[in-house]
Amino acid sequence: MAATALTLEQIRHGLSWRKQLDKVFIAIGLALLFGCLGILAILFFDLVRDGSSRFGWDFFTSFPSRKAENAGILSAAVGTMLIMVVTALVALPVGVAAAIYLEEYAPKNWFTGIIEINVTNLAGVPSIIYGLLALGLFVYQFNFGQSVLTAGLTLALLILPIVIVATRESLRAVPRAIREAAYGLGATRWEVTKDHVLPYSTGGILTGLILGLSRAIGETAPIITIGALSFIAFLPPSPVSGEFPFLNFEWLMSEFTAMPIQMFNWVSRPDQAFQANAAAAGAILLGMTLAMNAVAIWIRYRFRKKISW
Amino acid sequence: MTQGKTQMSQGAFASLRYRKSRDRVIEFILLLAGLVAVFTTVAIVFILFYESSYFFDHVSVKDFITDTMWTPLFADARYGIMPLVAGTLTVTAVAILVAIPVGTIIAIYLSEFAPHKLRETVKPILELLGAVPTVVYGYFALLMVTPLLQEIWPDLPGFNMLSAGLVIGLMIVPYVASVSEDAMRAVPKYMREGSYAMGATKMQTALRVVVPGAFSGLAAAYILGISRAVGETMVVAIAAGMMANLTFNPTEPAATITAYIVQVSLGDLPHDSIGYQSIFAAGLVLMLMTLVLNVIGFFLTRRFREAY
Repeated sequence: MAATALTLEQIRHGLSWRKQLDKVFIAIGLALLFGCLGILAILFFDLVRDGSSRFGWDFFTSFPSRKAENAGILSAAVGTMLIMVVTALVALPVGVAAAIYLEEYAPKNWFTGIIEINVTNLAGVPSIIYGLLALGLFVYQFNFGQSVLTAGLTLALLILPIVIVATRESLRAVPRAIREAAYGLGATRWEVTKDHVLPYSTGGILTGLILGLSRAIGETAPIITIGALSFIAFLPPSPVSGEFPFLNFEWLMSEFTAMPIQMFNWVSRPDQAFQANAAAAGAILLGMTLAMNAVAIWIRYRFRKKISW
Repeated sequence: MTQGKTQMSQGAFASLRYRKSRDRVIEFILLLAGLVAVFTTVAIVFILFYESSYFFDHVSVKDFITDTMWTPLFADARYGIMPLVAGTLTVTAVAILVAIPVGTIIAIYLSEFAPHKLRETVKPILELLGAVPTVVYGYFALLMVTPLLQEIWPDLPGFNMLSAGLVIGLMIVPYVASVSEDAMRAVPKYMREGSYAMGATKMQTALRVVVPGAFSGLAAAYILGISRAVGETMVVAIAAGMMANLTFNPTEPAATITAYIVQVSLGDLPHDSIGYQSIFAAGLVLMLMTLVLNVIGFFLTRRFREAY
């Protein structure tokens, strides 16, 4: 008798109430999702609007200045580009080589396990700690100074886990059958990797590198820690010269400033006029990161479309 | 004819031997690249201990832990890390009070309720937001969020931990949401279907089957989010002020460990002074905090890993 205590009416009522709860949850979920995206959109819009008065040719071709309206980002933009060149030239070969080792060569033992735990762990280390590492190692021990080289190496270490993880994923996506076929024709492991696996994973590797660089380009804390200056009114020596040997590497040891540092410097000034400069620099920095991410997504899409197993 | 054949295979053998030894050299080079990761970890630990040993020669570990004042830049220098730790914990607390509930609800919505098309559009946007430079978020906190908060509380100081914490929270929402969503998607479909078959609604299924099933992934997402908030530098350096202040009140200005390191790096202290070397001691504490978080995360994920 007790089992029938619930009437059909009550069950229907309970069910419809629970279904109402579903709808309430959907409303909350949508509100939070679009609330967050909306707030961020407004903030980005405001940033661009605050900085819009400064956009212009002069802003890109002027050095920093004590007068806000004369100040520009020339030395910061050049510094950022040079640092990115060093970072990419170091992070790409080291990251790809490490990923190839872990994915194609490494035996499954405790030693490989240690390398893997280290890669995962490094991804979670706060970026400012990399700055302290660079200050202690590159600046104090190796005497590289507060240079483009130090900054580039620091950011390369910082994005190494990103490049390694992305490369491993794209290596893993290459089907076993392709490797087996090459081995079957007598290729050695390196020949299999170089001639067959790597060409197929180029897209994934490039995507990982660009995502890593887009992270590095906005990193401020580690570069401040190694002692970058925010007031640099000169450019590093040109890497190309008219005389033999046409290339020189003095720029590597040059002092520098970078976009995020320049922006930080302008934000921390109480003067309103400088805050417009900060907003403009921020909008350009934001534009650069978003553009790099767009390129990465496009490359991933292109390569995915081109390859069919 | 036969002779020619033998010669050729001898040549092939020689070339095979060459190719195999080349392989071994290349494997060694690749291994060295893999060891860069190990080397980096060792170097971080070594540098932090080595450089802060100079600091601890002058300041006892007991003073460092128990003193309630942090004034290395003053004439009367005191070196108690507590105020910086308090600032870090307060900012982190504000940030996760925003990020964990909001991020989790968004993740549940995206994973269990949202139409396929919306999810496929929103996920890349969430990942894109993770790439925004933190110095830009600092600008938001100081010049947009703080003035807004001051309209509600007129006596809120221009530098305060509340606005820094709120912005960091907003900054890690996409991250927490994205990682949590991945964890919930990994819960097998048949578990949901079993729940539906018992007459559960979508929300009951989400809260009582999917969320417990994805617990290890959710825990990892939260821990990673907290660890990001603890290590976040530019937002606090810009918006929370740089004065060490032993308080857990988010409406006050205070320095965090990271903000202090930035402050000293920007200043003009000589590199061999105790004040300058104190950033390595502060960095050591920061690294230990994130290490503890990572270890907790590691064991949480192991303890609660569901086997399907």
